[in-house]
Amino acid sequence: MLDFPRWKVISIILTSLIGIMLALPNFLTNEQIENLPGFLPSSQITLGLDLQGGAHFLLEVDTAETIKKLLLDKGQSLRDDLRDADILHRYRVVGEGLVITLTNPEQREDALEIIRDAAVKVGASLTNVGTDDIVIEEGNGAVINISLSEAAILEKKIQSVQQSIEVLRRRIDGTGTKEPTIQQNGEDRILLQLPGVDNTEEIKNVIETTAAMNFHLTNLAVSQEDIMRGRTPPRTTIYPSLEKDENGQPLYQYAIRDEVMVSGEDLVNATYSTDENNQPAVSITFNTRGGKQFADATRANVGKPFAIILDGEVISAPRINTAILGGSAIITGSFTVQEANDLALLLRAGALPAPLDFIEERTVGPDLGADSVAAGEIAAVIGLAAVMIFIVLSYGFFGIIADAALAVNILMIFGVLSMFGATLTLPGIAGIVLTVGMAVDANVLIFERIREELARGKNVLSAVDIGYGRAFGTIVDANVTTLIAALILFQFGSGPVKGFAVTLAAGIFTSVFTAVSLSRLMVVTWVRKKRPETIKL
Amino acid sequence: MLLKLVPQDTKIAFVSVRKIAYVVSGLMIIASIFLYFEKGLNFGIDFKGGFLIEAHTDHTADLSQLRTLTGNLGLGDVALQTFGDDSQVLIRIEYQEDKSLNEVVALVRQTLEAEYGDTVTFQRTEAVGPKVSGELIESGVMSVLLAVGAVLFYIWIRFEWQFGLGAVIALLHDVILTVGMFSLTQLEFNLSIIAAILTIVGYSLNDTVVVYDRIRENLRKFRKMELPELIDFSLNETLTRTVMTSLTTLLALVALFYFGGEVIHGFTAAMIWGIFVGTYSSVFIASPVLLWFELRREPEEKAEDGKEAIPEQFR
Repeated sequence: MLDFPRWKVISIILTSLIGIMLALPNFLTNEQIENLPGFLPSSQITLGLDLQGGAHFLLEVDTAETIKKLLLDKGQSLRDDLRDADILHRYRVVGEGLVITLTNPEQREDALEIIRDAAVKVGASLTNVGTDDIVIEEGNGAVINISLSEAAILEKKIQSVQQSIEVLRRRIDGTGTKEPTIQQNGEDRILLQLPGVDNTEEIKNVIETTAAMNFHLTNLAVSQEDIMRGRTPPRTTIYPSLEKDENGQPLYQYAIRDEVMVSGEDLVNATYSTDENNQPAVSITFNTRGGKQFADATRANVGKPFAIILDGEVISAPRINTAILGGSAIITGSFTVQEANDLALLLRAGALPAPLDFIEERTVGPDLGADSVAAGEIAAVIGLAAVMIFIVLSYGFFGIIADAALAVNILMIFGVLSMFGATLTLPGIAGIVLTVGMAVDANVLIFERIREELARGKNVLSAVDIGYGRAFGTIVDANVTTLIAALILFQFGSGPVKGFAVTLAAGIFTSVFTAVSLSRLMVVTWVRKKRPETIKL
Repeated sequence: MLLKLVPQDTKIAFVSVRKIAYVVSGLMIIASIFLYFEKGLNFGIDFKGGFLIEAHTDHTADLSQLRTLTGNLGLGDVALQTFGDDSQVLIRIEYQEDKSLNEVVALVRQTLEAEYGDTVTFQRTEAVGPKVSGELIESGVMSVLLAVGAVLFYIWIRFEWQFGLGAVIALLHDVILTVGMFSLTQLEFNLSIIAAILTIVGYSLNDTVVVYDRIRENLRKFRKMELPELIDFSLNETLTRTVMTSLTTLLALVALFYFGGEVIHGFTAAMIWGIFVGTYSSVFIASPVLLWFELRREPEEKAEDGKEAIPEQFR
């Protein structure tokens, strides 16, 4: 009855040892870990942002903006196609759709054919030819209603989120932040975790800037007076300067031609440098296409000013003195060293496809994190000690066994957490302390059962045997319920709360294991060796 | 000599006081619901949206003066409280549509530095937008409901439906009283409190399941025993375990409450309350309510070999 097959004994001891080994790296310094032989585990538990300090951001990609842009681009190319076919029409954007009104309704069929031809398949895969990117509404007469298809919108959304993540990763790597987490969160959100980042203002500037840069010619035909009144000829827009006065108002206004001279997308590199006056500047290099466009445009416009526009603001509007042929240029503005460095980084990393909104942000200072770790440790040690003493007082020798199992249990929780590379948060520490309290439960269930069986007059051997056997079902039922709660928490919780769920769940598995296997092994070994007539329980 | 907090053979008539327990619990539930609608909950920024700043200084903070200063910032409702010791202040500010966290922090920093010099450090700054807070409420409520549902299902599968209903009644009782406690004390109700409530759900069930397990076992063992008697007998049998486990868990929680730092105070407070309520409900509510439902006993003819039919793990 008290048989414990050898394979069982070995596997129980082995499991416990592996658990402890996995926990070990957490108690070593980095140097000691590096010197460990390769076969030993070396991964440590990662501390959550609440314990090591750092910044947490939840960003929402404003996809509405990109979708609108997609619609406008599509509209523009449709207009060009129609114009090429000599189909006269008027064009309006209404809500999320385009309305094309033909001057001659009899051209409707021709127009429709051109529009249908302009449709592009999106969402194509091996098994799917894809769907048209535009939907043409049924109808007749002069008016044609066109809107983007759901597939096109979805593809654009996915694209802009993924592209944003890529751009953010390049930008954040550029700032030298260590071990950042950048991941998609839900459909159109990005979760950003930056351990050790305390001053968020700087990093937020780097994140927030769209950094879409284009070169345009300024429209000299517009007088200063017209600019002030906001009167512009067609294909010209007024932009404010990036430089602001003390009231935050732009210093200058410029009338800029809408046509892009060279696009920032054709940049291949941007670095910090200084101009001839030793002022901070950014030197840029174009790719072949950009270089050629820039050379052509500058050659044709010597003596005229052009404007460098970043996110709707004019960085500077220098005069073109000679044609710039080398495919590289230098941007000067009234930059500080920091601003020039940031701009170089942003231009290198590329523009964000859509604006990002900060919808949640949390930062924890390193001191508070260290305080929390210290407080958590103290609470854990005191809680553990109190529980252990109480158990020995209540169950004597069996209490010592339960305590030994509890100690292994705690180590195993650390082992499991290290193995899965889980993150330990402050609520996570609370979860461990709570597990200490609840882990004892399984042992209590068993001991109480043994007590009962002894009181019924069973001998020690069978009381121990029945005690462990009968308590097992109860232990499983009781722990599954807590496990359900932990799993749901994990699913729905975020950040620190998730950390709590993880430790709680890990604690449930390890405490059931240590109570029903390890403590049982210890008790049975003892009973078999000593063959006691009575036991104090 | 071993410590025995609960004597070996207790014969406490729990079931006979059930009416009193129902009345007490009923009143507390009504009080909780009343409090919830009258006083509401002191929602943290997780659920309300807004800004939170934890500032540390070298000085004792004069809250009333700070209140005047921050009240003049034009940031709307500013709530202040000391956090941990007197030199640490928690500042909560309504969500500002037109200001970023950095701008709000800069404003508050100026104000505090004018008052305390540059010994002020900001240890924690948080901003939660209205969109996120709305979702957090939704997922919080969802998770509690889902947990209750999942557990009902599990117990229904493992036991009989009567046990599942009984457990859920006890569970709702615990959740409502915990929310009531937060309404009464006006402790901050944030995300970690949802975690606490779910843990209470798990714990309370753990307690209930152990008792139910024994009731089921005794139903098979003592076929002639009257139900109230049987429930009492089972409760007394498991009483030592109920008390022991509650005590060890409480010991750990009290250590957390006093030494675990200010950040998890609300969480541990909720848990401590939850252990009391959960233990009480599994003894005085979950078990006696089984009398409301017809508990089905196994048919007589299976009685002889009934013991054999019990699966291995329940023996």
